[in-house]
Amino acid sequence: MSTAILALEDGTVFEGRSFGAPAERAGEVVFNTALTGYQEVFTDPSYSGQIVILTNPQIGNYGTSRDDNESLRPYIEGLVVREFSAVASNWRSDTVAGEFLNAGGVPIVSDLDTRALVRHLRSRGVMRGVLSAVESDAQKLVEKARSIPTMAGLDLASLVSTREPYEWTAPVEPCSPSQRIGKPAEIRYHVVAYDFGIKHNILRRLVQAGCRVTVVPSLTSAEDVLALAPDGVFLSNGPGDPEPLVAQVANIRKLIGRKPVFGICLGHQLLGLAVGGKTYKLKFGHRGANHPVRNELTQKVEITSHNHGFAVDPDSLNANDVEITHWNLNDHTLEGFRHRRHPAFCVQYHPEAAPGPHDSHYLFDEFTKLMRESQPGAGK
Amino acid sequence: MPRRNDLHRILIIGSGPIVIGQACEFDYSGTQAAKALRADGFEVVLVNSNPATIMTDPDLADKTYVEPLTAPYLEEIIRRERPDALLSTVGGQTGLNLAVELAEAGILEKYGVELIGAKIDAIKKAEDRLLFKDAMRKIGLETPESQLINSLQRGQEFAARIGFPCIVRPSFTLGGTGGGIAYNKEDLDEILERGLALSPVHEVLIEESALGWKEFELEVMRDLADNCIIVCSIENFDAMGVHTGDSITVAPAQTLTDREYQMMRDAAIACLREIGVDTGGSNVQFAINPANGRMVIIEMNPRVSRSSALASKATGFPIAKIAAKLAVGYRLDEISNDITRKTPACFEPTIDYVVVKIPKWAFEKFPGADATLGTQMKSVGEVMAIGRTFKQALWKGIRSLETGKAFGSEKFDPALVAQKLITPTPDRLGYVRFAMANGYSVEDIQEMTSIDPWFLRQMKEVVDFEGGLREATLDGAPAALFRRAKRYGISDAQLAKTWSVDEQAVRSRRKTLGVAAVFSRVDTCAAEFESFTPYLYSNYESACEAEPSSRKKVVILGSGPNRIGQGIEFDYCCCHASFALQEMGVESIMVNCNPETVSTDYDTSDRLYFEPLTLENVLNICDTEKPDGVIVQFGGQTPLTLALPLQRLGIPIIGTNPQNIDLAEDRKLFGKLLDELGIPCPANGTATNAEEACAVARRLGFPVLVRPSYVLGGRAMVIAYDEEMVRQYMREAVTFSQDRPVLIDRFLEDATEVDVDALADSGGGVLIAGIMEHIEEAGVHSGDSSCVLPPQSLAEQNIRTIEDYTVRLARALNVIGLMNVQYAIQNGTVYVLEVNPRASRTVPYVSKATGVPLAKIAVGLMWGRKLEDYAHLTGGATSGTLTVPQVFVKSPVFPFNKFPGVDPALGPEMRSTGEVMGVGVNFGEAFLKAQISAGSPLPEKGAVFISVNDHHKADAVDVARRFAGQGFQLVATRGTAAALRGAGLTCKTIFKVNEGRPNAVDLLKGGGVQLAIYTTTGAPAFLDEKAIRRNAVMSRVPCITTMSGARAAADAVAARLRDPIRVWSLQEIHEAKKTVV
Repeated sequence: MSTAILALEDGTVFEGRSFGAPAERAGEVVFNTALTGYQEVFTDPSYSGQIVILTNPQIGNYGTSRDDNESLRPYIEGLVVREFSAVASNWRSDTVAGEFLNAGGVPIVSDLDTRALVRHLRSRGVMRGVLSAVESDAQKLVEKARSIPTMAGLDLASLVSTREPYEWTAPVEPCSPSQRIGKPAEIRYHVVAYDFGIKHNILRRLVQAGCRVTVVPSLTSAEDVLALAPDGVFLSNGPGDPEPLVAQVANIRKLIGRKPVFGICLGHQLLGLAVGGKTYKLKFGHRGANHPVRNELTQKVEITSHNHGFAVDPDSLNANDVEITHWNLNDHTLEGFRHRRHPAFCVQYHPEAAPGPHDSHYLFDEFTKLMRESQPGAGK
Repeated sequence: MPRRNDLHRILIIGSGPIVIGQACEFDYSGTQAAKALRADGFEVVLVNSNPATIMTDPDLADKTYVEPLTAPYLEEIIRRERPDALLSTVGGQTGLNLAVELAEAGILEKYGVELIGAKIDAIKKAEDRLLFKDAMRKIGLETPESQLINSLQRGQEFAARIGFPCIVRPSFTLGGTGGGIAYNKEDLDEILERGLALSPVHEVLIEESALGWKEFELEVMRDLADNCIIVCSIENFDAMGVHTGDSITVAPAQTLTDREYQMMRDAAIACLREIGVDTGGSNVQFAINPANGRMVIIEMNPRVSRSSALASKATGFPIAKIAAKLAVGYRLDEISNDITRKTPACFEPTIDYVVVKIPKWAFEKFPGADATLGTQMKSVGEVMAIGRTFKQALWKGIRSLETGKAFGSEKFDPALVAQKLITPTPDRLGYVRFAMANGYSVEDIQEMTSIDPWFLRQMKEVVDFEGGLREATLDGAPAALFRRAKRYGISDAQLAKTWSVDEQAVRSRRKTLGVAAVFSRVDTCAAEFESFTPYLYSNYESACEAEPSSRKKVVILGSGPNRIGQGIEFDYCCCHASFALQEMGVESIMVNCNPETVSTDYDTSDRLYFEPLTLENVLNICDTEKPDGVIVQFGGQTPLTLALPLQRLGIPIIGTNPQNIDLAEDRKLFGKLLDELGIPCPANGTATNAEEACAVARRLGFPVLVRPSYVLGGRAMVIAYDEEMVRQYMREAVTFSQDRPVLIDRFLEDATEVDVDALADSGGGVLIAGIMEHIEEAGVHSGDSSCVLPPQSLAEQNIRTIEDYTVRLARALNVIGLMNVQYAIQNGTVYVLEVNPRASRTVPYVSKATGVPLAKIAVGLMWGRKLEDYAHLTGGATSGTLTVPQVFVKSPVFPFNKFPGVDPALGPEMRSTGEVMGVGVNFGEAFLKAQISAGSPLPEKGAVFISVNDHHKADAVDVARRFAGQGFQLVATRGTAAALRGAGLTCKTIFKVNEGRPNAVDLLKGGGVQLAIYTTTGAPAFLDEKAIRRNAVMSRVPCITTMSGARAAADAVAARLRDPIRVWSLQEIHEAKKTVV
């Protein structure tokens, strides 16, 4: 039984059993409390630069399936779990989870006290760490953890973004003969989606809602986007700090009022910056699939999927320009707003879910509604 | 939508007696609901026929009625109390059915009572299988193909179309009673016949089988604003085919991908919306074909259920409490989460541990019952275990079951492996382990059991590790090995057995190596937020979150899983102990592993440890908490067996010294004490082999009562009428006696049995709480006998003697707290049968009859207070016997309808699962109500069938005359008929079963009998008698098997014809007691 070590910058060291790739990776150590959907977490590009602790103690049970990927490869830097299953039990599984991460070069440490680790991060805040299956000197790893850059000020979105534009046409596929997803809506809109680390299920959901999607690199200029003659512009999720993304924010600012804009997660933060707001880093972030968010327009509560370490400061937004539409009921952080005069709105959480509840799918329809209303000739 | 201010008074209907399929989880839900509503300023009127519940405690509601759960009595309560609303969803199937009945009879409308929780249409849509299927089809959800059937022929036709095996589910029966899986035409005929008979609407559903599919449940909550959350997902370890109540279940679901889980979540929420459950919790069950992911919806309960209780305990999310609040208008986002305080109840709990529930069965009580597990629930209780991993939780759960057999000492037959794996019975889990240890692969076992390979693989890892343990030794084993063993959930006792060393040696060795238990919190959020409620479970991780206080504190050891003989009554006592401690300013710490109970609610005690009740686990808690006292006398036998070992290890036990508890069980020492006190007991002796036993029996004279030492609920107790019976007993019962001798008593025939509960303090003060006269003669287990307060036929002289003996026994044993004594009176002599210096099963009943909180006072006495300190609660009494203002009858409830083929005759082995109480101004009225509540209402007219042995003929004439006088026809077998005619009574003669036809059974089946009185002959029952009793059970004809029972029935029938329907709340009954002081 080989071992692996997780070392944190504050000197805390945990040792456990090694699975996955026999590698060493560094990153910000964060925790996710979702009970299901580890594969979607592995492959969410927003986890780039992060070592992820899953609080569900049994991980790997149902293996992995190529249909459940949220991108082309795993993006987490490392995985920390209480117990990792060496076998997979699910009819859809094509690869055992350990092999899947091994192929992606991701190390796993299991059999350690993830709850103690989470409580540590909850009280101290997230911090840098190194997960190594090759180095046995814990002190060296602590030193390494201290030497990596902090997440604040880090532009990771540019790193994970696509290099070339591409078209996306795949809708949502059922995962079982019994799943009733409904036929995709007729394609009536062309959406240009900025890829800051986009999840595939966002693209599938856009198609499902009746959109043809052109995915473009994160630094595509506003002019180039407009040249594609989109009906709407989508701002994706992504990793890292939104503040260094100055050029992206400038582009977005130019698009507001020109085309309907919808942002998710990092896209929400960038829209916040574009309308003059500020962002800040949360102590330990929101990562999970059980966060209650109230839609202030309908007063209904949605159970939502989250993955973010930064947030938009609601006090920094100009109330004359922006109307707050969603609040988090757990910690009263800002979860969504819309522009008062222009067709632009965004949410901090993940309405595409994957993993997580489907309560917020309606937002994709609101986007198409906005595009319909903004089309030439549409009565306002 | 905040609180509704148009409602003021709310009626809650409980679920009645504990029966298989409906246990104390509904005491938990009703109690939570009542507490939540009262905390919010509503008046609560509560009705339940079960006096053993916490919910019927007069402090929990404004008005508490222990009355029959039938429409006429409910109407009378509604007429008196005029509630504004009826909360229908917290009283189990019984409460829900009654709500429907009251609505349909127009009673709710008549008195302007609004149904809250679930509306009548929603209930019907969910409960009526056809409407349900239509509704599901409408929203695109698949259900197994099925058809409602009213006849055998239609059933066979439909089965021919869908193929065998197929599932039969009778409509409107509890826990699937009467259902089953038919593998062929013969099976189908048998199950259909039974199912149609048991269904109140003579209807069953035949359904396509999803046998072997994976089974899941989701617990959903919805508020009036249509906010929906899933509280918990549960995956069954046993595949489809085993009733979920009989399945091992695991939370959260382990083998679903997010996409499958979200599909199920969407379906569950769509189901609630379509059915129209406006507010509250519901449980939705699904099956998934493991081969292709096809999902079907099996059923939904539009109410709080057994699984909701489990989900509440598994997550820390109080479903019933929240359901009650939603029913009165609150929205989920307006209610806060008690555990985190800062976050709302509108979220989905996430957990960082694994929960396993394992059912507990009682087939040893029902020889002849079919132990195969199928669609009808057969378990009597369950345990829940929390571990950081599935492995740890499963092994902890197995340990919590108290099978009486240590790991490694179970007997497995290699020849039976295939059969035991393929056909699910209570033995299956053990056989899975045995098969793994003996070379069967996970694939082989999966093929035979359909258990998901992930679960099997987890088990295999532990079994392989167990195999390797044998090569280690206590002194040689490194810390890492201990740690791994403990993380797998392996007990010290198992390690000790493997290494042939003492359990304490293992404990001290591993602690020396630094391997000690720590405690984590159940916090609803996987540690994302701080937890303010100390709801804890043990594990072997790195950090302990117990944070014990420095207050004065007492640990209460609970009673573990419900079983026959040890159930809710003890939970009642434990909860009261906790409340009393808190009132005295002492921190109360509860330890229990039964998820159904009120005691395992996180807000019952200051601190809750959800742990197995084993020496190891209790010691771990004591190491952490360092309590000032441990209470062992309230949880039944379970904590008592731990008392002496705990005491020896220096743990302070408060109350009666465990040595004296032990003394009362020790035949020799106790006999000596009785001699010294000059108190008679039946002649007796002990034996350790068959020859000795026969010799003792000959010396005492037959019949004799034979039993093992140290049992509760009369387990393995028989009355032997000859030597052959003694020999047979010694052959078959030895496994229960272990190294303790078998006890043999002269059996007192035709004696009256009396139960006494008393309180005693450390200064020699003794207060007798109740002298209960049994209605059945001695020989019927006290738990199976109806009894009455105050005594109805005891001579004043005998009562004085009983009081005198009780006081002297309490002093001689230095009882501090509660004591129970059983007496028998034969020919004017009072004999002591048994003394139990601890809380008895009758404590809640006596508390409710006297209006005096016995358990609460007992805890004060154990903490050093005196009886005088409680005069304000006893109406001034500090000695003598408490009085009761009316007549209170307690009657048992039996599960015989779940076990066709089992002889329902009463005997010394306890077999009732629950109890009810009837309240009246005279005995007949109280007994009548008790019988109605027990589900065997006595007829007002019709025919009484009487067949008694010669010994009872004179009594039978008396009883028959009384029935005839009330207008009943008499039917009797030849001998009895002759006696009746001889006394001038008119009666019809019917053949005995072995004589020819038409016989008594034909008459029963044909509906020609409304009441059967059939006394056992001395020797073992003949087939004939069994057939009559069995058929009476199946035809729902009350069957009375004792003459005293028959006399009581005559009284009750007279009351039924004479007295109006009357009800009294406990508060008004006991008002006088409060004003005395």
